[in-house]
Amino acid sequence: MIAESRVRLFLSAVVALALTALPLPPWLDVARPAFLVLTVLYWSINAPRSGGVALGFFAGLMLDVFQGPLLGEHALALSIVTYIAVREHQRIRSKPALQQALIVFAALISYELVLVIIDGWTGRPVSSYARWIHPFTGALIWPPAAAILGYGAGRRA
Amino acid sequence: MAAFGTGADRPLYGRSGSPGFKFTLYAVLSVVTMYLDQRQHYLEHVRYVLQAAAYPVQLLVSSPPAAWRWLKTSVQDRQALRAENARLNAQQRDLELRSMRFEALARENAELRGLREALPPVAEKWLPAEIVSIQQSGLRQQMVLNRGASNGVFKNQAVLDAHGLIGQTIHVGPWSAEVILITDPEHAVPVRIDRTGLRTIAVGSGASLALPYLPANADIKVGDTLVTSGLGGVFPEGYPVARVVAVHRDAVQPLAQVRAQPLAQIDSDSEVVLVWFRGNHPAAPGAAETKGPGGDLKSGDPSHQPQRVVHPAPAAAAAVAAPAAAAAPSSAPAPGTAAPPPAGHQP
Repeated sequence: MIAESRVRLFLSAVVALALTALPLPPWLDVARPAFLVLTVLYWSINAPRSGGVALGFFAGLMLDVFQGPLLGEHALALSIVTYIAVREHQRIRSKPALQQALIVFAALISYELVLVIIDGWTGRPVSSYARWIHPFTGALIWPPAAAILGYGAGRRA
Repeated sequence: MAAFGTGADRPLYGRSGSPGFKFTLYAVLSVVTMYLDQRQHYLEHVRYVLQAAAYPVQLLVSSPPAAWRWLKTSVQDRQALRAENARLNAQQRDLELRSMRFEALARENAELRGLREALPPVAEKWLPAEIVSIQQSGLRQQMVLNRGASNGVFKNQAVLDAHGLIGQTIHVGPWSAEVILITDPEHAVPVRIDRTGLRTIAVGSGASLALPYLPANADIKVGDTLVTSGLGGVFPEGYPVARVVAVHRDAVQPLAQVRAQPLAQIDSDSEVVLVWFRGNHPAAPGAAETKGPGGDLKSGDPSHQPQRVVHPAPAAAAAVAAPAAAAAPSSAPAPGTAAPPPAGHQP
C-alpha cells in the first residue's frame, strides 16, 4: 500500500517538476503556480507517512537546482511548510475543498515569505511584486489538482 | 526545536522517527547547505551531481518546443525553403564582403601599431549549443544549455549569439551548463561606449540593462552601442553588448539614468555559441588581467620603479641633457626612457 503510493508520489513529483521547468511566455510565467509545492502539500496532507518532511526537503533541493541561486533555500522553505502540513494533516484533510484552498494559500504565502527572508539575509534584495502572484493561482488550482492527484486513491478507498 | 516531536500524534510515526525530529534534521541540513553554498564553492561537486540528475527532466521539458521546431522546418514548403536559401546566400555574400574588409583593416591596424604580423582573432574555437530551457521571470534570467563538462565547457565561459553577448556559464554539469544572462539582476558586465570610449558597468535589470554609474554630464546618447571593455577577466574586449535606448538626466540627480537593450536576440535564438578565447591575445580577458595594473604590479611595480630611477635622475639629467630637458616637458619623457632599465635589471 505504502509502496504503491510512493510510486505515485514519485511520478507526480517528477511531473510537477517538469511543469515547473516548462518554458512559458513571460506573462504566463509570472502566474505559474508552484506545482511541485502543491504536489508536496497534497501528499503531506493525504499520505503523511509515505512522503513527509524528507519529500519536502528533496523536492526543495531539486527546485534549488532548477531555479535557486542558493542550494538549500527552497529546501528549507519547503521543509517548513511540509512539516506544518504533516503535523496538521488530519485537521486539514477534514476541511471542505474551499477551506483547504485557503489553507494552501496561507501555506504558499509562508513558503514565499521564507524565501524572501532568506533572499534578504544572503544579500539578494531582488524584490518584485510578481513573486506574490503564484500563491493566488496556486490556491485557485488546488481543488482540481487535488482531485487529479487523488483520482486513483479515492476510488479504492 | 526538538520539542516539536513530542506532540500527541507521536504514536503514528513509530517507524522512522517523529516528523518533528526529521524536520529539525532537514532544517539544519538545509541551513548548513545554504551556508556552505553561500561561502563560495564548497558544494560544486554536489551541484554537479544534482545538475546531472536534473538534466533528464530539463530535456523532457524542452522536447515539445524542440519537436515543434523540427516539425515546422520539416513541413516547410519548397517555396519557403527557396526564399530562405536566397536570403542566406545574400547574407553570406554580405558577410564575406565584410570579412574581406575586416581582414584588410586588421592588417592595416597591425601595421599602424608596428606589429610584425597580424594577430589571429581572439576567439580560438567555439561550440554551438542548444538552449534546453530558459527562465526570464524578471527575478532570474538564466538558461540551460545542452553542453557540459564532457564537452570541455568551464565555469565563467562567455556565451554569445550572432548579434552580441548573451551571458556566462555559472554552473557546469556533466552534460549541461547553466548560463546567467547579462540581463539578470545579479549580473554586471564591464562595458565601453563604442563612440566615446567611456568605460562603465552595465548591470542587469530584468528585461534590459542599466548603466547606474554614469555621471549626469557623461557623453552618452540614445543609439550608442556598448561593447565589452575587456576588464573583469571574463569577457574579451570589443564584443557588442547592448544599445542605449533611454537616457534620463534629472537636474537634482548626480547620476544619469541610462537603459540599454541587449543586442543578442535571446527570444528568437534556439542555438547559441560557447567561446574559448586565446589566453595570450592582447584582447583576451586573461591577457587584459596580466596587462593591467594588477598584473604589472606582480612583475616589478612599474608605477614605482620609474619614479625611483627618475627621482635621483634630475640632478644628473639636468646636468647632462639640459637643453633636451628644457625643451620637452621635464617629466613626460623621463618615465618612458627610464622604464626599460629597471625592467631589465630587476631579474
